Amino acid sequence: MMAEIETQIKKETLNGAKILLECLKKEGVDEIFGYPGGVLLGIYEELYHCDFIKHYLVRHEQAAIHAAEGYARVTGKAGVALVTSGPGATNTITGIANAYYDGYPMVVITGQVGSDQIGNDAFQEADIVGITRPCCKHNYLVKDIKKLPQTIKEAFHIATTGKPGPVVIDIPKDVVASKMEFNYPEKINLPGYNPNYTAHPKQCEKALELLCRARRPVIIAGGGTIPTEAFEELTELANKIGAPVTNTLMGIGAFPADNPLALGMMGMHGNFWANLAVSNCDVLFAVGTRFNDRITGCLKKFACDAKIIHIDIDPCSIGKNVRVDVPIVGDAKNALGTMLELFEAKKPNIHREDKQKWLNQITDWREKKAMPVTTTDKLHPQNVIEKIYEMTKDKDAIIATEVGQHQMWTAQLYKFNKPRRLVTSGGLGTMGFGFPAAMGAQVAQKDRLVFNIAGDGSIQMNIQELATCMEYNIPVKVAIINNGYLGMVRQWQEKIFNKHYSHTKISGPDFVKLAEAYGAKGIRVTKEEEIESAIQEAIDHDGPVFLDFIVEPFEMVYPWVLAGKPINQVLLTNECKGEDQ
Amino acid sequence: MSKHRHTLSVLVQNEAGVLSRLSGLFSGRGYNIESLTVAPTLDTAFSQVTIVTFGDDAVIEQISKQLNKLINTIKIVELPSEDCIDREFVLCKVAVKEETRSDILRIVEVSEGKVVNITPRLYTLQAIGNESQISTFIELLRPYGIKELIRSGKVVISRDNQFINAHK
Repeated sequence: MMAEIETQIKKETLNGAKILLECLKKEGVDEIFGYPGGVLLGIYEELYHCDFIKHYLVRHEQAAIHAAEGYARVTGKAGVALVTSGPGATNTITGIANAYYDGYPMVVITGQVGSDQIGNDAFQEADIVGITRPCCKHNYLVKDIKKLPQTIKEAFHIATTGKPGPVVIDIPKDVVASKMEFNYPEKINLPGYNPNYTAHPKQCEKALELLCRARRPVIIAGGGTIPTEAFEELTELANKIGAPVTNTLMGIGAFPADNPLALGMMGMHGNFWANLAVSNCDVLFAVGTRFNDRITGCLKKFACDAKIIHIDIDPCSIGKNVRVDVPIVGDAKNALGTMLELFEAKKPNIHREDKQKWLNQITDWREKKAMPVTTTDKLHPQNVIEKIYEMTKDKDAIIATEVGQHQMWTAQLYKFNKPRRLVTSGGLGTMGFGFPAAMGAQVAQKDRLVFNIAGDGSIQMNIQELATCMEYNIPVKVAIINNGYLGMVRQWQEKIFNKHYSHTKISGPDFVKLAEAYGAKGIRVTKEEEIESAIQEAIDHDGPVFLDFIVEPFEMVYPWVLAGKPINQVLLTNECKGEDQ
Repeated sequence: MSKHRHTLSVLVQNEAGVLSRLSGLFSGRGYNIESLTVAPTLDTAFSQVTIVTFGDDAVIEQISKQLNKLINTIKIVELPSEDCIDREFVLCKVAVKEETRSDILRIVEVSEGKVVNITPRLYTLQAIGNESQISTFIELLRPYGIKELIRSGKVVISRDNQFINAHK
């Protein structure tokens, strides 16, 4: 009894800032991205003394969030960012929305003005809980220090389970300063949050029967296959059934690109044969995809003859855009695992001959490939990206991209055999994502080679992070596919708006000099024969590098399905249509 | 697909900002809200929200799923009108003259309403009933000059032993 009382007395009280850091430690966080400010002074004071969390000072709060997402994408762990109130907090919105859309775990801690000032339009006050409500998985305003540990515990739980996503915790200045005894809760209490992981076995059985009986099956691997780590099950099931696998942009790497059953990416800029396979299949097995318009094209003409099976952990995704015959709510790994068990138990007839005919048909379609459309002596962007692929493929590199033409070429031409190697903004399509995300990925994977393939437009949106890379020696290699245009928009203007290049011609700095001004290495490449040596030089350089590839401005991304068209109406070059017969 | 009115009964955690999450979801995704009622349940840790909305089956399914996805949502039940008792409440001020007084009182009587306040020229009336009863009550009074009217949203409870917020 006495001993118990003594330990109670001895237990010291900690302030909110210290408690926050202790909570992060309990959640296994040892690296965070952040930017200080007035209301965060208390937390930064504790960080100054903290030996278990490394803090990376970014140059813009948006970059802190993208970096945390890059970190999350390559590790599967929640990325953590810390920003101040008001503008610090509002600068995070794009990053939070991006992580929410693509479903990657993140905890964003925002400072807030003192509790007594909230609502009074205080200096640097923003209702960040209100602002982020529709673009994060959940958010909290911690009004009482007693709720701080519980809130952090819940935030990490919500961020990393179900369909992962960002959670925002807004902490007023006075909560950071107040004190209490620290106890980290062991349990969470979220009666309204019970993501369903276990797929219904009857539904799995129906799905398996359909797939085995199918004459022309296609599997779509979406982004949901990545956080659930369903790769092995997916590959095994596809191999066993003999069903070809296409992937969405977000699903790249979930199924090895060098597997003979791999069709590569489908959708607006997907492979001709992948789109035709989906359009002509009799059973479509979609694993963890939202059926975004970029992959379905015209919904009325999407996989019209197919029975559709759809696995998703988020029930909202099922039946939202595409009618579904066999819905399966659950974790992709669990559902595919159940299907494999059933397959082993039943040894069903997979109608191999029919499926072989179908694969042969797809092989015929494979002859229709998109080729570069320009014939100038300038660099072809596709060649640059293919060369990056060849020179990094054996190094298990991580490839980030920005958003635009270079992103689509990377998705088409870089053959990813493993998941978590491509870091790209899918749903929100955020220019300026790639560089800070690559930085975060490099922080998480210090021994890996990290490239950011960028456009000259996108890179200018978060170029300031080169200072962060220099400060912490984060050796990201940035390959700028420099065409002097906002290429993807220009491409639409060329095709649809009579070559009226309205505000898409964009200038930039001398990227080589700029890199040098930051103390980084800059290399300009204008000739075909310089590509390889420049990439090699970048790889060999111990530090960040800007590679400025001056490429042909009028190159186009093909294949191309114009917005709203059925995905079997594929343009392969400026003239040639590869329409479905 | 045809559009219909649907009544959703949603049990949520009684926390700051929950209503805003819920209503924000409707505006953000372009769903309709015809009426919305919210109050704590017997256990004040929870609140019961009754939403009347409009849409085809696919939209209602999405609304239901999206509401479910909110972390603070405990449970959603869609209540077909034949399976539940629904009530609305109305307060209105009606102009009263010597020659209309008895007519107005008669309307209140047949509608099982009540006169809750009297001033020389105004009667404040209340009525409770299902949606069509309340609408009829209002229409009957309209010719006499309704000066102000406040109508509540709908609350519903199921007829059978299905419990939206169960208490032991």
